Amino acid sequence: MQGTSIRACLARKVSAALLFTALPIAAVAQTTPAAPAVPPVKLGIVTFLTGPAAGPFGIPGRNSAEIMIEMLNAGKVPAPYATPGLAGAPILPKFVDEAGSSANQVTEFRNLVQRDGMNAVVGYISSGNCLAVAPVAEELKALTVFWDCGTPRIFEEKPLKYVFRATPHATMDNVAAARYVLKKFPDLASFSGINQNYAWGQDSWRDFVAAMKALAPKATVDKELLPKLFAGEFGAEISALLTTNSKVVHSSFWNGDLESFIVQNGARGLPARSTMVYTAGETAMFRLGAKIPDGTIIGARGPHGVMAPDTPLNKWFRGVYEDRFATSPTYPAYHMAQSILGLKSAWDKAAAAKGGQQPSIDEVVKAFEGLEFEGPSAKIRMAIGNGHQGIADIAYGSFRFNKAEGKAEIVDIVRYPAECVNPPANMTSTAWLEAGMPGAKCN
Amino acid sequence: MITVIAIVTDGLVYAAWLFVVAIGLTLIFGVMKILNVAHGAFYAFGAYAAATAIGLYFDRGWPVVGGYLAIATAAIAIGLVMGYILERVFLRRVYGRDEVVVVLITYALFLILEDVLILIWGTDGRSAYQPYTEAGSFTVGGLPLSVYDIGLVGFAGLLAIASSLAIKRTTFGRLLTAVIYDRETAAAFGVNVTRVYTVTFLVGAVLGALGGALTAPKISVTPGLGVEVIVLAFAVVAIGGMGSMEGALVGALIVGLFRAGAVHLIPQLELFSIYAVMALVLVFRPQGLFSRAQPRKI
Repeated sequence: MQGTSIRACLARKVSAALLFTALPIAAVAQTTPAAPAVPPVKLGIVTFLTGPAAGPFGIPGRNSAEIMIEMLNAGKVPAPYATPGLAGAPILPKFVDEAGSSANQVTEFRNLVQRDGMNAVVGYISSGNCLAVAPVAEELKALTVFWDCGTPRIFEEKPLKYVFRATPHATMDNVAAARYVLKKFPDLASFSGINQNYAWGQDSWRDFVAAMKALAPKATVDKELLPKLFAGEFGAEISALLTTNSKVVHSSFWNGDLESFIVQNGARGLPARSTMVYTAGETAMFRLGAKIPDGTIIGARGPHGVMAPDTPLNKWFRGVYEDRFATSPTYPAYHMAQSILGLKSAWDKAAAAKGGQQPSIDEVVKAFEGLEFEGPSAKIRMAIGNGHQGIADIAYGSFRFNKAEGKAEIVDIVRYPAECVNPPANMTSTAWLEAGMPGAKCN
Repeated sequence: MITVIAIVTDGLVYAAWLFVVAIGLTLIFGVMKILNVAHGAFYAFGAYAAATAIGLYFDRGWPVVGGYLAIATAAIAIGLVMGYILERVFLRRVYGRDEVVVVLITYALFLILEDVLILIWGTDGRSAYQPYTEAGSFTVGGLPLSVYDIGLVGFAGLLAIASSLAIKRTTFGRLLTAVIYDRETAAAFGVNVTRVYTVTFLVGAVLGALGGALTAPKISVTPGLGVEVIVLAFAVVAIGGMGSMEGALVGALIVGLFRAGAVHLIPQLELFSIYAVMALVLVFRPQGLFSRAQPRKI
């Protein structure tokens, strides 16, 4: 039901946007010979519209897609994206709910491509869904841009042609987390971790441990906890963490699990014993506010949200997002925006190479490989995964609740260059971490 | 030593939560022979109703202690309303039908109610942490424990005693026992079975909603939380024996303690431990620990 109403609402808004762009064209058409109308580019957008991940992730992603598509169609996005649509073709979105099993997502993906004739799909928050959809996208030769899932395995297990990810993967989050932790605790003796028991949680923990091993070989792991996704109740896990001497606890929790864990461990005094590191913590900081203890280390999977630089594109994005939704964009909103902008950059580049004509999907794919483009918060370079995986700078900081203003803030922000926290093009994440991160450029 | 304290307390807290959720499910099955999948929806609606009530209550700056009353009131109200509508509109029409048909109906209701929940409360998560965080904590053997969690253990204990007394010492409890043993004979002796069914379903619905309401202050209340719970509740009921309240208590304790032990000692086996216990019990006692073997009627 929600999906239907969202679709209806978006259809109205897109129709209105198309109408506004169509009016001046119609006026010109009265005096000049009629030019053939550019058919719209049909774009499938897959995000959680229901379920526990909808509120903190899926809906900010959908909101971001809604305004980006509307503004792109109207040609209102600042430079370098001021031209309308995708090389002049209006974008016609279809929103699909990501809730349900990975098998269900594969079916929905096939429906989008084969039944609905989508020209491209921007989708997926869950790493499990990305892993399941990637081979099908290749089989169907369907241009697919993963917008939020973080597992590094997507392009490391097998080269892909039609799949891209304009958002960096989890290795960056966890290497940067390790560097930030060691900046705060240079003599760290031991640490623990609690991560969700599926691709994202397991990969995040593996990368964090490997990065710590490379940067602080003497630090040991006390507890390694992997509760199931959406467990909600973490009493036993918190007790287990309380029985350790870990100065630091790493977690890549997201969605309702992140918020539940923060509240439950706060009530039992865990943050008084250990500094918590939340690699996806930015999504919860405005909702929980003072419930998050000062000093908690917060990541945003990039230099997003309050850690984003004050560029014209970022100012514009924040402005339209806050005006429309009366809340600040968190990192899922940034991830969606930069994925759509990546697609536009590739599409426009392919069209320019064809003298302004609409490109084929294979031409867009070729243009997307190795592309560099501006996101609202950072420059994205499709530098690894054979030019299909983006890398960017990342920032980490420490949480502080500003009591005077009643506002959640991040202080002590450290920005790490992309080459400092991402593997080079010729190495997998695991191999790079195990080799001690050779070639990392951090200055 | 601290690990032993942690396993016992964590196990009891988890068991208390499971028992409150599972007792309504097993009660409805014991009396009505309905495997009520919609119980997960009672839980979810209870959690949302409590989160809303807590929000409204604490926004007014009223004393903390009244917040707990708000939780109970919200759960009872939503449980009664939902239970009454579901029983009168849907289930009453299918009493006596094949159990599979009834299960499918409750499953359909569960799915419909999940969407109704989103229509009412939307997709955003809801936070209602005040009753949990304001309750504070205390330390046992160096391990900080939440007062709210230990209160939940106390509440589950009282609920177990109260339900046992209600079944054994009250007239309605005896009528209930008669219906559990043989619905047709009870009806022949003048027991108003339909009324017993209605009351049982309402009580079961309220208990399901109460389970959700008591959990709401600890978690981010989000759509879909009923799905996780119903699977665990079925595991507890299967271990204890379908329809047995003592079984629900013992089943919850077994699951709670095994899970806590696994988290502390072999974290990789957390989920496995719950269902391994269930499988083991069912291999040796297919009817569960506390269910009687049923004679076949000819």
